[in-house]
Amino acid sequence: MNDNITRRQLLVGTAALAGASAFPMPSIAQSAPVKLGLLTVKTGPLAQAGIQMEQGVITWLKEHDYKMGGRKVELVSADTGGKPAGAKTKAQALIERDKVDVIVGPLAAFEILAISDYVKEHKVPTLSHAGGDDLTQRTPNPYFLRPSATSSQAMHPMGHYAVTEMGKKRAVTINFDFAFGHEQQGGFQAAFEQGGGCVVNRLYAPLGTPDYTPYLAQMKDCDVVCQGFASSAPVAFMKQYAELGYKFPVVAGETGADDALLPAFGDEALGMMSCSPYTLDLENDSNKRFVAAMLREFNVVPGFNAAGPYVICDVVNAGLEAVAGDTSDRDKLMAALKAVNLKETPRGPISFDQFGNVVGSFYVRRMEKASGNQYGLKLWNRTVKTYNNVGQFWDWPERDFLAKPVYSRDYPPMNKC
Amino acid sequence: MWATSYLAMENRKTAEMTFWLLLTVNSITFASLLFLLAAGFSLIFGLMRIPNLMHGSLFMIGGYLGATFLGGMFETISFWVGAAASAIIVAVLGAVLERLLLRRLPGQPLAQVLVTLGISFIVADFCLMVWGGDPLTVPGPESLEGTIAIGPMAFPLYRLAVIAIAAIVAIVLWFLLERTRFGAMIRAGVDDPGMARVVGIRVSLLFTLVFALGAGLAAFAGVMAAPILQVYPGLDQYILPLALVVVILGGSGSLLGAIVGSLVIGFIYNFGQALVPELAYFVLFLPMLLVLLVRPQGLFGRFEI
Repeated sequence: MNDNITRRQLLVGTAALAGASAFPMPSIAQSAPVKLGLLTVKTGPLAQAGIQMEQGVITWLKEHDYKMGGRKVELVSADTGGKPAGAKTKAQALIERDKVDVIVGPLAAFEILAISDYVKEHKVPTLSHAGGDDLTQRTPNPYFLRPSATSSQAMHPMGHYAVTEMGKKRAVTINFDFAFGHEQQGGFQAAFEQGGGCVVNRLYAPLGTPDYTPYLAQMKDCDVVCQGFASSAPVAFMKQYAELGYKFPVVAGETGADDALLPAFGDEALGMMSCSPYTLDLENDSNKRFVAAMLREFNVVPGFNAAGPYVICDVVNAGLEAVAGDTSDRDKLMAALKAVNLKETPRGPISFDQFGNVVGSFYVRRMEKASGNQYGLKLWNRTVKTYNNVGQFWDWPERDFLAKPVYSRDYPPMNKC
Repeated sequence: MWATSYLAMENRKTAEMTFWLLLTVNSITFASLLFLLAAGFSLIFGLMRIPNLMHGSLFMIGGYLGATFLGGMFETISFWVGAAASAIIVAVLGAVLERLLLRRLPGQPLAQVLVTLGISFIVADFCLMVWGGDPLTVPGPESLEGTIAIGPMAFPLYRLAVIAIAAIVAIVLWFLLERTRFGAMIRAGVDDPGMARVVGIRVSLLFTLVFALGAGLAAFAGVMAAPILQVYPGLDQYILPLALVVVILGGSGSLLGAIVGSLVIGFIYNFGQALVPELAYFVLFLPMLLVLLVRPQGLFGRFEI
């Protein structure tokens, strides 16, 4: 039997094809599963956070029987390695090979900045956990929705709290030297200085550096330290900070005192203040259910890296319900996603501004000794103040905020203190 | 809980001194860790001309084994016993790898590089599989907990102890190389392997022993470093380039070269990160480049790379 198609086969095949296309196509698409592409990090210095992301998504899917908007959901997970190049490669694989309908993630700001143009070009709705502030500010991407927070969104209230409620005036900030770190530092500085404080020094450590001593050695002449380390780095940082005898109060964003790290922190972290869009101690039904589910499925305490993607699934679900499960019209789906307004989620009520960035509640917590039955933890982040309806521009008028450059390594500029 | 910050109100000059003092002591601590690692690499490269690119992985495995032994599995084990156990296990592993794999590639540096590099990837994945992706903290020995006052600042006692340990190891290695027959055989093998064989030195057994010694030292360094750096995936890739730079700078096959190279790199690494953070890695590799151009055998090396 030779390999070439015989003329008979060609004629029969063409006839069949013509015949099939004559019939109206049934909407098989609607019973095909919705493909959710998850860009996460499972290796490298950001792995701890990325693994939580996947756990949050799987917890949601298991709770809802792998169904969203009335359709079955198929999850495709990809490990970007926590690098922009890896994010680009995996985004391409998800979009072109796996043909996902929606992308959830990625984790890091520098990753989303690397893939933004690509997802825009391919019109794939991307619900990011990462910051990358400008994507909802000066260079908005119409296929981009950020249900988590901009990098600076939690640092604005933290800076405000540090100067107004803690009465601090001179801060030293320290972050990893990548987009997320720069944007966090910018947000803190802007709010801190608006309240009358001054950032004396800002330090950037290379991502993944294990020894913070060269940076700790430069912390002086201040009355508060603001750290924005991500993934599991805050644990090592606080340990080394205390080991070298530093006693300045420490404030942090949502990653610096993430609830998932509570089992790993030691007593040296007691008293650390942090501001986060999610807090384990939020007393509402959906959060209690979420935490119980995470403990049941994975035996880990969730932090923002799990809660964020969990809420992203809530948003995708609400969006899909609004379009009756139709993922073929991407623009209609994006409009439905942007219009999502949820009164109850594990992080409280959320909605979106016209740029696709979340507006929600932010919680300032203090790390204390756990008292009583708090999931068996020894340390606990207790909410001391809640800021409601916090958007990405804090209390500045939108036009003024956008007229200034995006937060970066050099902006805001350092002032003489 | 949080006391008023005294440093903020203190004399600016004291704060300056603290900065230099802290960085200096930390540089020497870091240099000590690098020395423990580089000494093994230097011996292996000096004697056997094998660029052992899995040296970082041996360091990391030593750290992980240390984390397992000292992390509560064996409650009453002493830190030093745990460190010695790690070192011995990895030394045996090193000997096995040398006998089974590297022995088959005499005089083929490219093949040796590729094999050791490949093994390092396998080891890294193995560690990820067994110990997971989270960094592991290893507690230091209880007798070395706490801080000691040096001038105006408090410095962790353990980090100072690391300096003392490295000094002891350096002295022991010096004695081994200069005053024992075994050391004489190693030095002969480094200077002229062909002649050493002719004279009747059992070079092949020597190779295995030296490789085991280097591997054991690397693992010991890994355990010593664990309370300071933590053990995490990627530790091998972090530490190996630094060890390579030390050996290239100081010269291979030379103990003095390893000591001097470690100190130079330790200082450049710490002060570079503090003073010129954007150029930290550039500043680190620049001396290595200069040395390769001007004096390719390194400061104290016996032969050219």
